[in-house]
Amino acid sequence: MTIKVVFFAALREQLDCSEISIAANEVQTVADIKTKLAHKNEHWQQVFSNGALLSAINHDMVTSDNRVKADDEVAFFPPVTGG
Amino acid sequence: MPLTHSTAVKISIQNQDFNLQDEVNLLEQDNAVDGAVVTFTGRVRNKNAGLTVSGLYLEHYAGMTEKSLEKIIIQAQKRWQIGRVAVIHRIGQLVIGEQIVFVGVTSMHRQDAFAAAEFIMDYLKVQAPFWKKELTEQGEKWLEAKQSDSKQAQQWDS
Repeated sequence: MTIKVVFFAALREQLDCSEISIAANEVQTVADIKTKLAHKNEHWQQVFSNGALLSAINHDMVTSDNRVKADDEVAFFPPVTGG
Repeated sequence: MPLTHSTAVKISIQNQDFNLQDEVNLLEQDNAVDGAVVTFTGRVRNKNAGLTVSGLYLEHYAGMTEKSLEKIIIQAQKRWQIGRVAVIHRIGQLVIGEQIVFVGVTSMHRQDAFAAAEFIMDYLKVQAPFWKKELTEQGEKWLEAKQSDSKQAQQWDS
């Protein structure tokens, strides 16, 4: 039972990673995922200390306290710049 | 997606360019109820923040992009009496002067069409997951989101 975590734009390039899988029983919220990713190494910790990062669960923008469950797709990305 | 009735919505995320007149025709054809058609087209500028820009690369989050645009359009439909809505956004590599984005709204009266088109554009700027990477004389650079865009979108809350 896993959660798919995807990264976009500058964040993806900083991490040199577009997608990662996390065991669903290890996290309860978006904030938990962020904390877990930040613990990966010093570089990831620095990247995820950026408070401006946005997050989405299953294509809906959410805040860090939103709960996650198995098979969710959770995304992290910088503030958007389209249009 | 053909626009066949007065509430039709078209959302397209595409690499290829679009033709303004074709899009206006889609909004207008067999649509005698709406007297107002407002369109906005965004293009690639040659300068940004003092740097000469040679082009742009546009990335998006497939799936979420369409969903977020749908939600924005539904909000606009709740706030104003509007007919057809079309939103086109290009992705990939773009050069100076190329069209990036199109928003078209029809309505019985101009006020609703103007307001809804501006609302959709303002919300697209802060909610739809697109990211621009600029190609400048100093190399490639991801654009930073602008505070002024957030403020502009927040104005609709009051």
